[in-house]
Amino acid sequence: MTAVETTVAPRAGIKARGFGKLFATELKVWLRDPAAVFFALVFPSLLLLGLGLAIPDFSKPMTDAPPPWNEAPGVTSYLPTIIALAVGTIALTTMPVQFATFREKGILKRLSTTPMPPQNLIGAHLVINVLALIVSTCAAVVGSMVVLGVPFAADPLTVLLVLVLSTSAMFSLGLLVAARAEKGATASGLGMLLYFPSLMFSGVWVPLSVMPDWMETIGLYLPLGAAAQGLTVGWFGTDGFPLAQVLVLVGWTVVLFPLGVKLFRWT
Amino acid sequence: MTSPVVEVRNLRKTYPGAGRGAAPKTAVADVSFQVARGEIFGILGPNGAGKTTTVECLAGLRHADGGTIRVLGHDPQADPTAVREHVGVQLQEAALHDKITVGEALDVFGSFYPQRADSAELLDLLDLTAHRDQQFGKLSGGQKQRLSIALALVGRPQVAILDELTTGLDPAARRATWDLVERVRDSGVTVLLVTHFMDEAERLCDRLVVIDAGRVVAEGTPAALIEGLEGHRGVRLRFADDAARSRAAQLLTALSERDPDVVGVVPAGDEIEVTGTRKVLFAVVQALAAADVVPDDVRTVERTLEDVFVQVTGRAYRAEENEEVAA
Repeated sequence: MTAVETTVAPRAGIKARGFGKLFATELKVWLRDPAAVFFALVFPSLLLLGLGLAIPDFSKPMTDAPPPWNEAPGVTSYLPTIIALAVGTIALTTMPVQFATFREKGILKRLSTTPMPPQNLIGAHLVINVLALIVSTCAAVVGSMVVLGVPFAADPLTVLLVLVLSTSAMFSLGLLVAARAEKGATASGLGMLLYFPSLMFSGVWVPLSVMPDWMETIGLYLPLGAAAQGLTVGWFGTDGFPLAQVLVLVGWTVVLFPLGVKLFRWT
Repeated sequence: MTSPVVEVRNLRKTYPGAGRGAAPKTAVADVSFQVARGEIFGILGPNGAGKTTTVECLAGLRHADGGTIRVLGHDPQADPTAVREHVGVQLQEAALHDKITVGEALDVFGSFYPQRADSAELLDLLDLTAHRDQQFGKLSGGQKQRLSIALALVGRPQVAILDELTTGLDPAARRATWDLVERVRDSGVTVLLVTHFMDEAERLCDRLVVIDAGRVVAEGTPAALIEGLEGHRGVRLRFADDAARSRAAQLLTALSERDPDVVGVVPAGDEIEVTGTRKVLFAVVQALAAADVVPDDVRTVERTLEDVFVQVTGRAYRAEENEEVAA
């Protein structure tokens, strides 16, 4: 029986023989890297809780906001930014370094000699990163609700939609950053170059609520800025549907993803 | 009945030149050979000769510019997936996550193949049983190399390609690895061994090709290649004193002028080296005995594949320097 099967061409995608084993092993090995796990899973929540407890304005109610938000603590307006930060941290810091390191160490080339296509290793890690993002976002949301008393999203479906699109846009950008880098360090440098401006326009340092108009306008056209703005609109539910932000995120994905896949070097 | 397991005909591969206006670099100009089932076949040559490019084309990792390749009847260029289940490859560099353990690596690689070797048996064969739970990053160079071979064998391949597998190993580990390669061959796997070590090829290979500057310059069994060297038998003679030596030098120079079996007579330190055909030793001893000149010591000079390389290329073998010359 097995002898007959050997003549059948191997398949790509999750149907490839051994994909389950590959995924499980990659997840297990990924969890052994404390720095990657910390930045992907814990860092956003830690930053949010730390700032929420340390900055006095963050615990006072937002008295000038429309009801019912006038009773919510100030940190509420910062939560969407932190969710965007969680997406950006994985997409621009941990993921490109991972992928470039696979190339640097010859892991992609090594897999190319086996029946398992190296595309599946990248696929497995995209899934692992999505799982990490779900964990880190849930931790930030639940942590801020329990510890800081932040109310839940007014429009959870919009938040979910914007989160999915933010992930696809930012992961596409991360894939492009990793596409050509010969070394993990190169990808890390390039990722950082994009990471810090992205954080600035998504309100990490200057909160969205007090951001000057020109910055907000630039932010709208950047993937992480659009993500933070869209998440804010969905969380508060007072400004309708964030159509412009959703279109921007779709646009970035449509441009960046095929480019990242096309340029990606597998050896 | 026994068609070749691997057949390469007129393989050619050119890389675009690095940098603007740089000339393209021909890595493989014209390489042909056949590998029979169950042998250890060597691809020998200095670094930069085109060996790795050749096996990367074989493994379907690179597209050749010309020529044909058949591996187990399949064309790895057109249909690489057909080849991958039956060809195990050990690449030059280590290629695993630092934090994956030996056992996990074998398990995950094994799961890619329709038939897989028994992990415990493989660990035992490669002397890695004690390191099963150790992480890859913490293994020694020799252990990493052995794991790399284990991963090439885990899918029960018909052909194993081993690329520079003893580079960086200490002499004891090298010899242990050589024994291992023979055991792999004895278990029925055809081995394609890529190496720049002359001694390794001579010791291990049933047959081999010598590649230089992208071309096959010699092909055959190591013994036949060495046997085929013309005028390359050497005899070294040592004498008790200078008088005897100069007398012998006179006699032998005269001999070389009338006897076609004696080709060259050159002083080598306080010895005399005489080269010639396979009859050279006989002719030298006879001539000296007739004149009653008795040497203290007579040695035949060992000939190696290195001499073969010198003869076919006309230059000394420098495994490491060739790359700079070619680049």
